[in-house]
Parts: sequence; structure tokens; C-alpha cells
Amino acid sequence: MTDVAERLDLARAAASPPRVALELRDVRKRFGKTEIIRGATLAVNAGERVAIIGPNGAGKSTLFNLVSGRFAPSSGEILLDGQRIDGLPPHRINRQGLARSFQVSNLFTRLSVFENLRCAVLWSLGYRYAFWRFLANLRDANERAEHLLAMLQLERRRDVLAMNLTYAEQRALEIGLTIAGGAQVILLDEPTAGMSKSETRRFVQLIRDVTVGKTLLTVEHDMGVVFGLADRIAVLVYGEVIAFDTPEAVRADPRVQEAYLGSVLAQAQAGEA
Amino acid sequence: MTGARTPDAAPARHEAGRQPPGGAATYHFRPYNVGRWAVWGGYGLLLLLAPLVFSSSLSQTLLSQMGIAIIACLAYNMLLGQGGMLSFGHAVYSGLGAFLAIHALDHVGAGTLHLPVSLLPLAGGAAGLAFAALFGFVTTRKSGTTFAMITLGIGELVYSMSLMLPEFFGGEAGVSSNRVVPPATLGVTFGPQVQVYYLIAAYCFVCTGLMFAFTRTPLGRMLNAVRDNPERVAFIGYDTQRVRWFAFMISGLFMGVAGGLAAINFELATAEMVGAQRSGAYLLFTYLGGSTAFFGPIIGGVLMVLATVVLSELTKAWLLYLGLAFMLMVMYAPAGVAGLVLANLRLAAFGKLRPLLPGYLALLLAGAVAFVGASLMVEMLYHLQLNQALGPMMKYGGVTLDAKGPAAWMVALLLFVAGGLAFERVRRRFVLGWDAAQADIERELRRRDAA
Repeated sequence: MTDVAERLDLARAAASPPRVALELRDVRKRFGKTEIIRGATLAVNAGERVAIIGPNGAGKSTLFNLVSGRFAPSSGEILLDGQRIDGLPPHRINRQGLARSFQVSNLFTRLSVFENLRCAVLWSLGYRYAFWRFLANLRDANERAEHLLAMLQLERRRDVLAMNLTYAEQRALEIGLTIAGGAQVILLDEPTAGMSKSETRRFVQLIRDVTVGKTLLTVEHDMGVVFGLADRIAVLVYGEVIAFDTPEAVRADPRVQEAYLGSVLAQAQAGEA
Repeated sequence: MTGARTPDAAPARHEAGRQPPGGAATYHFRPYNVGRWAVWGGYGLLLLLAPLVFSSSLSQTLLSQMGIAIIACLAYNMLLGQGGMLSFGHAVYSGLGAFLAIHALDHVGAGTLHLPVSLLPLAGGAAGLAFAALFGFVTTRKSGTTFAMITLGIGELVYSMSLMLPEFFGGEAGVSSNRVVPPATLGVTFGPQVQVYYLIAAYCFVCTGLMFAFTRTPLGRMLNAVRDNPERVAFIGYDTQRVRWFAFMISGLFMGVAGGLAAINFELATAEMVGAQRSGAYLLFTYLGGSTAFFGPIIGGVLMVLATVVLSELTKAWLLYLGLAFMLMVMYAPAGVAGLVLANLRLAAFGKLRPLLPGYLALLLAGAVAFVGASLMVEMLYHLQLNQALGPMMKYGGVTLDAKGPAAWMVALLLFVAGGLAFERVRRRFVLGWDAAQADIERELRRRDAA
């Protein structure tokens, strides 16, 4: 799996010119008098893995909420594959091929793991609001849900209610619900938050596996994860993207050092030493 | 990858013998793997044989009303249990269905409409569907408290319309009609009550089947998802308002069918049928029966008729008892009668029920003593207030009492306090035993899981 992923990475790098999958143009968001997002501009290429980093309160989650349709931006444009999506409701954005996960697991608590996943594949397979077909007979939906179950290593927990899962299992299911519909652009909001080192390692691999060939945006605090996963890093400080480049370039950027990364990197290095 | 599993067998195996849908999944338990055929066959047989076993004219009347109430409560629970929508105005759809059916019946009788009487409930269903589409479009845009408030408003609106449009709603007296429309088809005139019962039973069986089937469809499952987490539903591509609206319409359809059957059964439709009290009854009995299991509202429907017809005959204070029962249920058994049944079946399946039986017995005894005390006081109070002309002497379960004398009151108070204290004491011990049994079952499940 890893080999394939790496080869795909190389293939992606060689392909040219890159197609822009997701673009933000001077996006602003005001809550009352406070402007949280102050003219964010960003163009993410198709197939790229991008990590968004920044100090607490920089607006990372708000940015995700704007892109995924939870909030409408106050001004500016958001484009998904060249189509305007700003201000659309979440379900419309999802149908255009963008899915997101949540920082706090957001599951169907009283449904089983399998039912959670099956719900999440239904729309993309075209079953819409059907009340004239039995779920049990939807072979493609059931197979896809079983496949996801295997991918997330949750087969043994198939019939457990989502509310009875362990924290790590809930986080895995959270990612499962996000990728289930086959969206091409995936937004993950702190997927590894609150996890142990070994769980985090397993999770990074899981994220790599399930986003092969897709465009990934992730908010992440764990610098190990960021540098291990991202092709490019966007640094968000006070609602503005102050840098957007390869991990090496971002690491070397003096503005980033000053605004945020310096302290975090120092901590990380101190931790390793 | 799914690997060893054949794609055919995997889903089928997991679907068969699963627990009832909705919140019943809270108990991860599969009732004895009883075949689906046995359950549905038994249900059909029950409907078929009931009037033969209970053959008095009173019981036929009751059974007919139960059939109607079962359809209505199941339809109501589509929103409450499966969709997490608390509607305070659902009598609107059964009531309007009843009015439309009764007017249609009039036309059938007058020869201006050619429709067999047996299909009139479908006209009621069409009305329920149409009005649910109309009003639901407004109400289902919101969820939670806002939804509940709007349904309350629409309920009041329709009820007030019934007084403003006497041509359609028939004013105070309502609209009456005659269900016997010659010529008879195959000897069925719908004159005798038993013929009406079998019409209702047939509709009840088919509607129950259809509503159960609904819970197994994409829309039915997404309705559960909307109940659990509407926000996430939007992020997997579904419009939550649409899901709610469609479910609301389907619920309205079945409410309308129930209304149409009621119109045939009573040959009468009154404004009370669209009123807030009827809406409240649907909510109350669906909850009492158990909104978390599919079959809960069936129990609820039966209870509804027993309470409103039988209990109200026995005592004038029946609404008070009903309110008390509702309160106790909300406090101690929020999953309703069906939840109690499922929980005890689960205990039995793990062999944990027998040790709890003495506890149940003690609860029952203490509860009965407290209840007798309380009901004595209630009945004496009612007697003094409402039957002043008859003097202070009254009958209570074959015993003659002096409602004004201190002795009866002392005894009643004593029974109530002693019974209540004993109940609370027994209950605390019982809860400990119950929790221990549940913990054992959880452990056992985990052990099986690991094996």
C-alpha cells in the first residue's frame, strides 16, 4: 500500500500543469465586529496533500467551516473545480465532491458502525430519498460499507452502536464517514487530536491510504504528522495565509518562524533531543 | 477487502434477525431469532382471531378502535421515535382525513361518487398526505423545539378553522353519514360492526407492514440519521429538511388512512378529531407504548383505546391516572412498555431474569398498596366534588366508604405513605440488582466479542 502511495506521489509530481481543485480568493468572515478570516487566498492543486497550521485562534476551523458550507463567507469567492461554492448549503457542496471530518467526532450515535457507513455512501450511489427499495438489497451500498469497514479495521465492531465505540474507533469512523461518499476533496479537522503516539502513527498511514489520488486539506497541530503527510503547508495567522509552500521552504521562512513555527519547532526539537 | 465474504451472503445474513429498528438498537439483542414469518403470521392471526375470542359487541367496538389507533400511533412514531420530531398537531392529518372520507362517503351514498366504501380510507390517506405536504413544508424546515412549536400552531389553526368553516366541518355536531351503501359486494354491507372490524384489521395489517418496510429503506434509515445528528447528515450529501419533509408526508398519509377508517367506523367526523387533545393522546400513548421500538406504538394504540374507552367508564378521574402513569413512565421507563419488554427479554436471554423476579413481585405489591391509597383519596375527592347530591357514602371496589369520615381518609393516607415508602425502598434495591445484571451482560458480551 505504501509503495503504491509513494509511486502515486511521484506520478503526481511529474504531471503538469497542475489542476486547481480548491481555490479561495480573498475570503473574509466577520462575526459581529470581529473579522476572523481576513482575506484568505489559497489554491490547492488536485491530488495534493496540504496541511493548514497556525496558532490557536488563527481561524483554521472557521476556514474549514467556510469551505464546507457550515458558514457562508462575508465576502470573497471559494471555487471547487472552478465552480463557485461559497454560500451553498453543506449538502450541495458535498454533492459537488467535497467532504469534511470534524474535530469532535460527529457520528450517528444510535446507529451501528455499519449503518453509519452505509448512510454515508447512499447519496453518492444515487439512492437519494428512496423509500421503495430495501437497504438489504442495495448490493453496491452494502459492499462499499463492508469495504470501508475493512479499510478502517472496524470489522469486529460492525454492529456496535457508534456511541459505544472507543475514542480512537470513533475517530476512525469519523474519517470513514468523510471518505465514504468518494469525494475528491477531503477536509480533515485535527484527525489525530487526542491520540497516543502509536495510534497517531497508525492514523497517518490510514489517512495516506484512504486519500490516495485525492486532494487533502488537513488542520493539524502535531508537527510530526504535518511534515510526514503534507506536500505543502499553509500557515494561517490571524485570518491570513502568510505562507504556502513545501515543508522545507515553510520551515525556513523567517516570517513563519517569527509568527508561529519557531516556538513549535524549538519545542519539537527539544522533545526529540 | 471483504475477502472471504461472498457479496450475496454478507448483507443478507446481517439483515436477517436483526433487532427492531430505531432506538431499539439501544439494546443490542436479537429476540430469539424468531423468524420474520412467525412474527408477521402471529400478528395477522391475532388480528384475525381477536373478534372470535372477544365476541361481545363492546369488544368488537374496542377492537375496531384499537386497529385505528395502532395505525395512527405507528404513523406518529415515524416522526417521534424514528425521526426525533415531536409533533403537537398530528391529529390534524388523521382528522382532515376523516372529514374528507366522511364527505366522500356522503357522495358515495348519494351516487355522485363511484368508489367502494372499502377504499374510502385511501381517500382519507390522500387527504392526510396532501395536508402533510402543505403544512409539513413549513414545519419541517425547522427541527427540535421550533418544529414542535410550529406544529402546535398549525394544530390550533386547523382547529379554529373547523369552527369557521361549518359547511365542511359541520360545526359543533360534526358531519355524519351512513356507511351502508347498497348494493352489497359479496355480502359485505359494512352494516354489522364485525365487518367494519375486518376492514380495519386488513388496513391495520397492511399499514403496519408498509411502515415496517419503510424503516428498512434508504429514506427510513436516513430519517434515523437525521434524528441522531442532523448536522452530519448535511455533510454526507443529504438535505435534512427534505428527509424530514418526506417522512412527514408519509406519516401524514398513514394518519389520513387511520382517519378515514375512523370516519367509516363512527360514521361521524367531529372537530374534536383535529383538536389538540387528540394530538396529545397520540403523543402520550405512542410514548407509553414505547417510541424506541417499532412495535411500541402497537402497544400504545391498544392502551389508548383501553384508557379512553374502558378506564374512562370505570372512573371519572381517568385523566388523572393517565397523567400519573405517563409521569412514572417518563421517570422510570423512558423506553415505554416496549422498552421494558425488550429489556426483560434481554435479561431472560442471558439467564438474569429469574433472580430479579422477587424484586419485581415486591415492587408490584408495594406499588399496588400505594396505588390503592392514592386512588382511594382521588375517588373520595371526586365523589365529594362531583356527586354531592348522592351524599358522602360511596362504593370503592365493592366496599362502601364514608367519604366525609376521617377513618377512610386515615386508612387511605396510611396505605399511600406506607406503600410509597416501601416502593422507594424496594426500588433502590431493585435498581442495584438490575444494574449488576446489566453489567454482567456487558461483560459477557465483551467476552464473546473477544472470543
